[in-house]
This record gives sequence, C-alpha cells and structure tokens, in this order.
Amino acid sequence: MRVGVVTFPGSNCDYDAYAAFRHVLDYPVEFLWHGDADLHNVDCVILPGGFAFGDYLRAGAIARFSPVMRSVIAFAETGGLVWGICNGFQVLLEAGLLPGAMRRNASMRFACQWVRIKVESTQTPFLLGCRKGQILRMPIAHAEGNYFADEDVLDELEDSGRVVLRYVRADGTPDPRANPNGSRRNIAGIINAQGNVLGMMPHPERAVERILGSDDGLAMFHSLVGAGVVASGVPTQTVKPVERRAQV
Amino acid sequence: MSDPTITPALIADHGLSVEEFDKIKSILGREPTYAELGVFSVMWSEHCSYKNSIVLLKTLPREGSCMLAKAGEENAGVVDWGNGLAVVFKIESHNHPSAVEPYQGAATGVGGILRDIFTMGARPIAVLDSLRFGDPNNPRVRYLVDGVVRGVGDYGNCFGVPNIGGETIFEEAYTGNPLVNAMAIGIVRTDKIAKAAASLTGAPVMIIGSKTGRDGIHGATFASEELSEKSEGRRPQVQIGDPFTEKLLLEATLEMIDADLLVGIQDMGAAGITCSCSETAFRGGKGIHIDTARVPVRELGMTPYEILLSESQERMLAIVRPGCQGDVERICQKWQLEAAPIGVVTDSGRFTVDHDGKRQVDIPADSLALGGRVPQYKRAERRPEYLDQLAAFDPLTLPVPNDCGEALKRLLASPNLADKTWVYRQYDQSVRTGTAVGPGMDAGVVRIRKTNTALAAVIDGNGRYCYLNPRRGAQVAVAEAARNLVCVGARPLAVTNCLNFGNPHKPEMYYQFAECVRGMGDACRAFGTPVTGGNVSFYNEDPSRAVFPTPTIGMIGKIEDLALITTADFKEAGDGVALVGATKNELGGSEYLKVIHNAVAGSVPALEFEAELRVQRFVANAIRSGWIRSAHDCSDGGLAVTLFESCLGPDDRLWGLDADLSSGNGNLRPDALLFGEIQSRIVISFELDARERLQAAAASDGVPFWFLGRVASHDRFRLHPYIDESIGGLRAAHLNAFPALMDEVKAATAA
Repeated sequence: MRVGVVTFPGSNCDYDAYAAFRHVLDYPVEFLWHGDADLHNVDCVILPGGFAFGDYLRAGAIARFSPVMRSVIAFAETGGLVWGICNGFQVLLEAGLLPGAMRRNASMRFACQWVRIKVESTQTPFLLGCRKGQILRMPIAHAEGNYFADEDVLDELEDSGRVVLRYVRADGTPDPRANPNGSRRNIAGIINAQGNVLGMMPHPERAVERILGSDDGLAMFHSLVGAGVVASGVPTQTVKPVERRAQV
Repeated sequence: MSDPTITPALIADHGLSVEEFDKIKSILGREPTYAELGVFSVMWSEHCSYKNSIVLLKTLPREGSCMLAKAGEENAGVVDWGNGLAVVFKIESHNHPSAVEPYQGAATGVGGILRDIFTMGARPIAVLDSLRFGDPNNPRVRYLVDGVVRGVGDYGNCFGVPNIGGETIFEEAYTGNPLVNAMAIGIVRTDKIAKAAASLTGAPVMIIGSKTGRDGIHGATFASEELSEKSEGRRPQVQIGDPFTEKLLLEATLEMIDADLLVGIQDMGAAGITCSCSETAFRGGKGIHIDTARVPVRELGMTPYEILLSESQERMLAIVRPGCQGDVERICQKWQLEAAPIGVVTDSGRFTVDHDGKRQVDIPADSLALGGRVPQYKRAERRPEYLDQLAAFDPLTLPVPNDCGEALKRLLASPNLADKTWVYRQYDQSVRTGTAVGPGMDAGVVRIRKTNTALAAVIDGNGRYCYLNPRRGAQVAVAEAARNLVCVGARPLAVTNCLNFGNPHKPEMYYQFAECVRGMGDACRAFGTPVTGGNVSFYNEDPSRAVFPTPTIGMIGKIEDLALITTADFKEAGDGVALVGATKNELGGSEYLKVIHNAVAGSVPALEFEAELRVQRFVANAIRSGWIRSAHDCSDGGLAVTLFESCLGPDDRLWGLDADLSSGNGNLRPDALLFGEIQSRIVISFELDARERLQAAAASDGVPFWFLGRVASHDRFRLHPYIDESIGGLRAAHLNAFPALMDEVKAATAA
C-alpha cells in the first residue's frame, strides 16, 4: 500500500501525518502537492489538518478547487482510500465527497483539548483493526468542527452505519458534556457509502506515541496499513449507499 | 504632494529631542529630508535603538559555553543543543498595540517573534505567552483578555506552532496598559543558521512576502511613548496580521536558506524596510541602496516616507547570492509570495534610498543601527519612596483566618491562581507532535525529533514582587524559572527577557528598571544561565499610573533523556509526599495577602542563591536517579496551593491527600505555612520505599526535607490540622472561576 499526504498552502499537520507513518510505523509515505494533479499511484490519500489557503471564505472552500482535488475526487469515486483529518474533513465536505457542513464551534472559540471518541462501526479500512465500541483518546484542535446536516441526512448516516466515530465520555455515553464543539449527535467522524472515504475532526496522528499523551491513534494507522491487502477492493458493503446530498 | 516642512513641532511629533535633532544634522552635515526624519525617528526610538537601556543591558552575563551567537548579534539568541543542532529563542512585547487593538496587537506580536526565529533558518517548535491585565471584573479588561487570547491563538494555530506554556496574571496596575509578551523557540541545524548581514557588495536586495501598505507606520515610535487618551487614534498604527501568509513565508524562507541562495536575511518588524536595510548593512559592514518605487505596494500614491516606515507584516528582506535571484523567485512563486528586487548591497556604508530618480535618504548605516552610533543614555535614578512604606508593612500583624480551608478555596478561585484552561484551550498545544508537557504545568516540554532529548521552556514574571523590591523581585523571577525547569527534569541553559517598565525619563521608573536588570544579572550569574537577548518595552503607563515593573524571564533547559521528563501531578495512591527546602514565616507580596487581606505590601520572600541551588540540584539528582514521581515548584499561592495542584492528574483525574503539617513546621503561623510564598521549595512525591534514600541524600546535601504525608485515592484534601476539604469541591472552585468570569464577556457581547 502506498500512502500520500497532500500539502496545501497552509496545511500544518501534513508533516505530522507523514511522521506517523515514516517515523512511528516505519512505513513508506510521500507528500503530494496541491498544484499537481498526479497522485503518484498511491493507494491512500491523506488530506491533513491545518488552514489550507488560510481557510479564507470557509474552511476547505478554496482547497477543493486545487488540481490535486480533481484527482482525489475521481480517485475516491473509483474506490480509492481518502482520509480527511480536521481541515481535511472540511475539504471533503466542501468537495462533496461527504455530506453535511461544518459550523463554528458552539463556543465560538478555537478548541484544543483531549477528547474520547467511540468506534461505532469498523466497516471501513480506517477502522478495520479496531473493536466496535472501542474508545480512543486523542486531541482535537479546531475552530470549525461543529458538524451539521439535516435531520434526514443524519438519520440516513446513522441507519447506514456511516457515523463511525462519536464523541463520548469515559463510560461511552455520547452526552452533551462529551461534545467539544456542538456537533450534531456528537459526530466526530463519518464515512461515505462505500466506506473508502473517512472524514474526522480529531487528530489520530497526534496520538501515536505514549510521550504525546496517548497512542490510541495507532489503531487507525495499523488498520490502514493492514488494509493494504484489500486496498483496491475495499471491504464489501454491509453499508447501504446513500445518495449524495447538496451542501447545506 | 510635497513633503511637510520640518518644524520643531514636527520633530517633537517624531519623538526626537532637540539635542537628537542637532546630532542628526551633525551626522548628515545638513538638514534631514522628511523621509530621513522618519528614518531617524523610528531607528532612534527606544523600540529599535535601546537607547535608554543598552548601557545597563550590557552588564548582564552574556557569555556561556552553550552560546553560538552573542546577545544582540543576531535576531534571536542561539544556543548549542548538541547533535549538530542549535536552539534559537527570543521574547518580544506587543503591549501598546494590544492596549488599543487587542486582537491584532497580540496576533502580530506572535507573528513578529516567529519571524525573528525563522529568519535565522530555524523552524519554530513552540511558543509561550505571558499576559498581564487589570482586574478582570472590569468589562474593558475582559474585552482585552478576550481579544488578546484570540489573537495569540489564531495566529499560532494557523501558523502551526504549539503553545506549550505561559501565564495570565491580573493586577490593577495593568488596567490601562496590558502586557502581551510572546516567546518563540525554533530549532536549526548549526550549518544552516542564517545571518542577518548584508556582507557581499553587489548582492541583490529583495523584498519577499506581503505587499507594503500603510499599516503600522510609526508603530515603533508609538511603542516608545506613554499611552494616553490620544492612543485610540493610534489604531491605524497597529499592524494587521495574516498567519497564512506567515506560514508560506516560513516555508519559502527555510527552503531558500536550505538551498543556500542567500547571503543574509532579516525579517521586517518594527520600522520595516528601514530597520532591516540599515541593520543588515551595518552588520555586514556595507551599505544598501534601494529604490522605494520598486517595492510592491497595496495602494497607489504611497510616499517614500510611508514605504520606508510601513510595518506591514509578513515581509522579509533577503540579501541574495548573485546569480540566485531566479531561484529565489521560483521558490516564492511556489509558495505564492511576492518577491521583488528593490536594491543592491554597496560599499558605501550608507543606507541610500531613491524614489523616481530622486534621492530621498542618504544616511550612514552605523548611525541608525544598534551597536553603531545611535544615542545611548543612562538616565537619572531615584529610589521611590513607596518602597520603604510598603516594605515596613508587617503581614504577621494580620489576623490568622479562622477557616483555612475556606481561605484556600478563595485563593483557588482568584483570577491569578484559578485554572486557566479557558485560555490555553484556545491555543493549539499539540500540532507538530512534539509536545510532551503542555500548558498549565511548571514548564512546557517538546521533544526534539531524531534525538532522545527534549527541550523545556518557561516564561515567568512577578510584577508584584518587582514592585515591592525590584532587585529581589527580578532575582526571584529568574530563580523560579530555573526551578520550574528543574521540576520537569531539565537543566537550565539560557535566558531571554522582556523588560516591561514605565517611562525611563522618570527617575523612579528608571530606578525600578536599573534594579531589576541588576537583580536579573545577579541571578543569571548564580545559575550560570546567560542572557541571550530580549526586548525592552518602556513607557508602559496610562495617565493614571505605570505598570508594575515587570521583567519577564524566558528560560530554556535541556532534558538529556526522554525518560527523565517529570510532571507536577501525583502518580499513585500511597506514594509519599515531601517538601524540599526550608519554610519560613514569610507572607509579604503573596497572593494570599492580596486575595484574603487586600494588601499588596510587605517584604518580598528572601532568596539565597546557594540554598536555591542546593534544592534544585537535589531534585535534579533525585529525578536522574529515578527516585521521585512528581516535582512541583512551590511558589505562587504557597504550599497549600502547590499540594492541591499536584492532586490534579491528566484526564480529569483527582488524587486525595493525607498530609500532616502539625509537626516539623517550626511553629510557623498557619497562614505563612499554608500560603506563604517562601522561595527555594519543591513538592515531590515518591514510592514510599524511596523515602529513606531521599532523606539521607537531603541530609548529606544540606537540604531541608519535610515528609508531609501520602497521596490518597479518596476525595479528601487533608492538611492536618488546618484543612480538610473535598478535593472535588476545591477543584470545582478552581476550575469554574475563570470561565465564569469570562463568560460574562459572551453575555455582554451578545447583549
């Protein structure tokens, strides 16, 4: 499996994602450039955190028009693995690869803190190695992570098992106290209908070593690397496809 | 548009004295042009020239085996790290801009200090911030807090550097004039350190980054006068920050340095093009000639005067290797930045400026640059009378509180001691995946990738102590910073400082300044931590008063082995808890006096360097030997607050404590014992079977060691016989106080 991390102007977690593969897993990884439409035959594209194009207009609104994103959209539609973390999740929403939108955090402030997220489904290569119900502890760091979608979209996401990560308390309850940003139904991460595109606000790449406070994020990296064997034939759907929605 | 005539009033408006204007005429051998008047005005402002401080700053210890560049030689201090790496670090103030426009003032303060770091080729790996405001019950103060915290956060968050520590302090003295000090730290390979010198004749001079606009003109001069009713009108002099452009500028700068395309490079901060050209020319022993008409500008019709003095952010002056201009342009294009050739390095030794074929400026570079012929003054000192009055106050005449538990709760909920998560939650603490210890601890720690070492850093000031006793206050600030570093397992290496004072023309103010510099020098010599550079901010006064004299100490230290990283929190129930260092009957200047007795008075806690060093060495050895599990500096709020803080584990974990203070306390007053801010003390915890070893080592090192009790898994915080409170209740008071205060801002904004 070949992994590529996209650098947009203003990406600032691109190196962190790179380092998780390269320095922690000792796994090959390369950078992809926003202005280059060539994905260099990677099997998985990571859209990292940061402030692509300064987040001007709206987070991800300009990045989605990058040459690399045209290729990423086509790649995703043919089953290629795409993992958007934080700003990368925002880009995926703007690009229409995932439904819904991000609003400002309910506090109207940037929030950097440790959160717990529960793995609600493992039906995606990014979470294959996790246990359903497993709780992962990792940081968030964003000002716009308040996930929003219409109630019927949310219902469809839930019904089809596409809400894969949810903010929870230590005992696993997804109550308002566990919700750091006002996100609808405590949603922290969702996948597309085929399960090959994941968007999540928390930063698993910041939780890959004990010295950083947690290595829970490793479970996701191991899942992905382990999924290499099925890279092109993503695990077949137990999830039913949902028609893509217009942006909210 | 023709230039204004130079009149005495215009000269005074430029912050220049009659004598200074005469000196300018004698340097030039003629009357200055309007543009030249502007150039001298900013370069001879305190902010750029250090004219009222440099004489004293030179008395600070500035040499040390770890240093790779002398203080003041480069844009920031450079310390040898080993492994072929160097650490670059510095503090800077942005007080006046933040007083007028808190968000942009604070944001550009962070932006400015980051540029100081990466202009040397170093990649920023951490920032810290030291913030001081007035009483937070004042809505204007809360507006400032809100704006400053957002500004610090938004800039660093977007740029992508973790905030690993800081302090947020409230004292009435800072009501009209808050202090916003930001510290940045970067890391660079020693063979890639860039110089800020234009040392090659004929080398093209380019401006890189943002276009030049009319923002921030005379910002340096604004920073060098007292705040007044007129200051609101200075709003246009506050620069506007764009952290996105700064991030691009970082990447482009490092790429150009890495490719060895540059002779030298300097960021543009205060006094923009003027300062960067004249300083690089002076350092290189050369001249620089530029044409302001070639500078990319944001608006039509900008005059040479405006272009020279603009403090538009996110710009760099690059002295390019001949033949490499195309490569520089290519890299800038890649990062979507402007790059324009504006001039050339000359042999003239002069800073010359043309505009549309007309000579605007022709000044010897050495008459503009620090270290050259800028004026230097030693001002008159007079010991303020209030010092003796306040020192005469004897806190031991005050009644002892009936309920020490209640007093503790009030202290924990007071603005200075309350939990500040509200602040640093707004800062990205973990980007770059290096943060091992984040904000809210004794010191922040970032590991240095590809080595087994980590860097610890702290920013620390104590305005109240310095107000009561400037010299000792400054000594204590340095001692505390060093102690904080020792507590996380680091060896203190070097210091940067930000000196925030009132108007140096007032002898009482200058006395405070001079005494603080002397105190800092005493302590830095004692701890072997050279002062690598820093920043002076005078004129921190509003019409009603001056700020407390506040030297802010930024100190870095090295942790030789990642396994030695130690934190303040208790680790296991049953572990022993002890206080290392002597406890005395001291209450002067304490948080307790202020909060419980409403007094800012008394004698500042004594500090004896030898005793301090013994305590620090003992704890450092204990950490190295693996004997202790936590270490926490015992200072602000005293022993009770320190013990409480050690009960706070990560992830909202709370420990109980069973401590017995009834014996071994030397018959101290309970409030001095619990809340006195006696120096040179550290609270440690350890596995019980290490107790004997620790006690024996303490005895042989001559360090007082007081076994207090044991960590518990129950909910009580017991300091027998004075305090027995629910730890959950104390924590709730500590945790909720500050957000409750600040949430009123939200309510007020919404209304």
